[in-house]
Amino acid sequence: MLYASPLIAVGLTMLIGTFVFTAMGYDGLHAVRDIFLTPFLEPQRWPDLGVKAAPLVMIALGLAIGFRANVWNIGAEGQYVMGAIAGTGVALATHGLTGWWILPAMALAGVIGGMAWAAIPAFLRVKLQVSEILTSLMLTYVAVQALYYLVRGPWKDPDGFNFPQTKMFSAAQTLPAMAEGSLVHLGIPVALVIALVAWLVMEKTTAGYAVKVVGLAPAAARHGGFSADKVTWASLLAGGGLAGLAGLFEAAGPFGQLTPQFPTGYGFTAIIVAFLGRLNPLGIVFGGVVLAGTYVGGEIAQTTVRLPQAATGMFQALLLFVLLATDVLVRYRIGWKARAA
Amino acid sequence: MTPSRLALAHISKSFPGVKANEDISLSVRPGEIHALLGENGAGKSTLVKIIYGVQQADEGAIQWDGSPVAIPSPKAARKLGIGMVFQHFSLFDAMSVIENIALGLDEAVDRDVLKARVAAILDSYSLPLDPERAVHTLSVGERQRIEIVRCLLQKPKLLIMDEPTSVLTPQEVERLFLTLRQIAMGGCAILYISHKLHEIKALCEAATILRGGKVVATCDPKVESTKRMAELMIGAELRQIERKPGGEAGAARLSVKALSLDGEPPFGTDLEAVTFEARAGEILGIAGVAGNGQSELLTALSGERLAGSANAIALDGRPIGREGAGPRRALGLACVPEERNGHAAVPDFSLADNAVLTARHRLPLAPLGVISRGDVARFATAVIQRFDVRTTGPAALARSLSGGNLQKFIMGREIGQTPSVLVVCQPTWGVDAGAAAAIRQELVDLAAKGSAVVVISQDLDELLELADRLCVINEGRLSAARDVATLGIDEIGLMMGGVHGADAPHGADAHA
Repeated sequence: MLYASPLIAVGLTMLIGTFVFTAMGYDGLHAVRDIFLTPFLEPQRWPDLGVKAAPLVMIALGLAIGFRANVWNIGAEGQYVMGAIAGTGVALATHGLTGWWILPAMALAGVIGGMAWAAIPAFLRVKLQVSEILTSLMLTYVAVQALYYLVRGPWKDPDGFNFPQTKMFSAAQTLPAMAEGSLVHLGIPVALVIALVAWLVMEKTTAGYAVKVVGLAPAAARHGGFSADKVTWASLLAGGGLAGLAGLFEAAGPFGQLTPQFPTGYGFTAIIVAFLGRLNPLGIVFGGVVLAGTYVGGEIAQTTVRLPQAATGMFQALLLFVLLATDVLVRYRIGWKARAA
Repeated sequence: MTPSRLALAHISKSFPGVKANEDISLSVRPGEIHALLGENGAGKSTLVKIIYGVQQADEGAIQWDGSPVAIPSPKAARKLGIGMVFQHFSLFDAMSVIENIALGLDEAVDRDVLKARVAAILDSYSLPLDPERAVHTLSVGERQRIEIVRCLLQKPKLLIMDEPTSVLTPQEVERLFLTLRQIAMGGCAILYISHKLHEIKALCEAATILRGGKVVATCDPKVESTKRMAELMIGAELRQIERKPGGEAGAARLSVKALSLDGEPPFGTDLEAVTFEARAGEILGIAGVAGNGQSELLTALSGERLAGSANAIALDGRPIGREGAGPRRALGLACVPEERNGHAAVPDFSLADNAVLTARHRLPLAPLGVISRGDVARFATAVIQRFDVRTTGPAALARSLSGGNLQKFIMGREIGQTPSVLVVCQPTWGVDAGAAAAIRQELVDLAAKGSAVVVISQDLDELLELADRLCVINEGRLSAARDVATLGIDEIGLMMGGVHGADAPHGADAHA
């Protein structure tokens, strides 16, 4: 039943969305169809779906590890931006060079950048018992400001007509497309491979076991010889590293440079993906595709039903809300009882 | 003949899926101390709740002094003259004795009047208790006296005592019995709930034995043999623990030298220079009233908290004070904490996954960090079979097991690894008598194979039955170990009594 609640949640979100947008004077049924069904029914939308799902899945995989361990990293957006910044730093330093090693070096820098940004909340939590919920979220805004500073200052493209953006990445610095002229880039198969690896680690290894015990029963974890501090470190670094890699893939893929528009909120949407996927790596692939659908479908509905762009965010939030509510109702029964005398 | 103070006729009470009470009849005369005897889950608490108005019977009638009554609430029960001392006290630690008593009364009483009445009660029952002391400075026995005074203020005609001795030292038990006899002499009936047979023999004139929600026997405990009453209570022949006589204790396997450790805030007890040795082939008992450092000692031994120096703890001569829980297990030191759910086991994990928790160091369950599901399931199944764990199999969630069954699984998980030293805290807490006997037998057998076993328990009977040598932990300090054969129960009681209470043998001002 717990596994059915994501499906129930998607269904209820569609139902409520229909009513809300009809009440607002839009063609509610059409809007919901375009957002939840059209992206999946029209094959020409699929590449776009994959491009949007890949970063969501990658970030959510890392977050889910932390959530299992009761480590609430909600600053993946910041780690995503920091990964992109670090990778872009390598790209700018290697501009004009060619070689197979450039892209891997950028990816590595992306991972390290994300990890470094997540290491700050990890350190503060382990050493000083500061809530990682606050620190990771606050650091997101620091990362975004750092990005603004770089693209408007030291990293501004001198030939860019004073636009706040970096140089375009060269061919050696761009993710290869999976087919000639296709949107589908290397990040998509990489995300799938990472999902599979994450699943194996969580289900089959003592490392994954440690994460689960620390989250479910900290005292039992200590009794069994697992260190909660190590798990906190590992899960924040995994979350930061994967978010950083996703950020670099986004910079070296669809964007091809850094601009102030780079932070698109994937780091936050990935939280919904993680929960929709039941914190299970394979479930997260499903969750990522559904949420990617709301992005793609939101764009379709903007032209067909003239829905505002904010409708996408509203549907995502509604989905999380309904999902949490279904989870509560699946686990508990609402009871009315008379007050005891 | 005077009518019974309380007469229950054919009381039945069902909860979804279980008949807690079925056709129970019993009567208590004024001045009688009547035992209600039964195991955990026999229906004692439900019956008492019905008498005290907390719950209503589905069927049956209650008579009070010869006339039928309904008891819809505890307030109504108190109005009739029924007082109850619960097993768990409801006291505010930060307030004084007299303030706590005032808070427990149904109507507001002028403070000076109350003081005078409390003083009169303390005086007439010669109860040692200072009304101005703050509750957190009192021993458990003294706290219980507050609850008794609360009841006596209402001039009760029936006093219900629920497992009153579970946390008392033998001396405190003696004092309580004196008080109870005096209360009964004044014409108050007492319903005394317990499963400790020797106490019932010492105190009660009549006993009603419950099993599975039904009355299985009524008897005079002064006449009936303890063994017979135990068998009636359990419903089976009592299994005696078999041990080989004259087993020679061997070399020290676990030696602890001057182990000191700060208690975990906020209410932890500091361990102070704890020193003991557990030898091959012996069972060492550690007695003590709850909260005197038992859980701290267990976590210090298990490696959940590290000692200040490596030499503070040695296993087979090897210093392990600075090793963590994993390495200690790998070397052969296994520990079972008191709390099953969330400490010894993860409630949301299957039994198989719970086997991985502590058995992976000594058994090849996860070679190179990859969990071998087949081996884990085989080990868990073997534990389930050997320890007769009632469950659907290794895939069952730990939370779905009863407390006793989970305890059997946990004990089996550790014993199944044949550790060189096993430290257990409250091994049979909340476990039914049959299973408790089985667990004790396994501990004896493990020691017979050459392991050292350390049993930390509040249950003196259990320790006297199991242990070869016994020491007592009190305020974080451990006494020297003594041979159980040469030790009288009074001596143990004195050792346990410790700093608190009127019977303190030493240093009553140590912790003001």
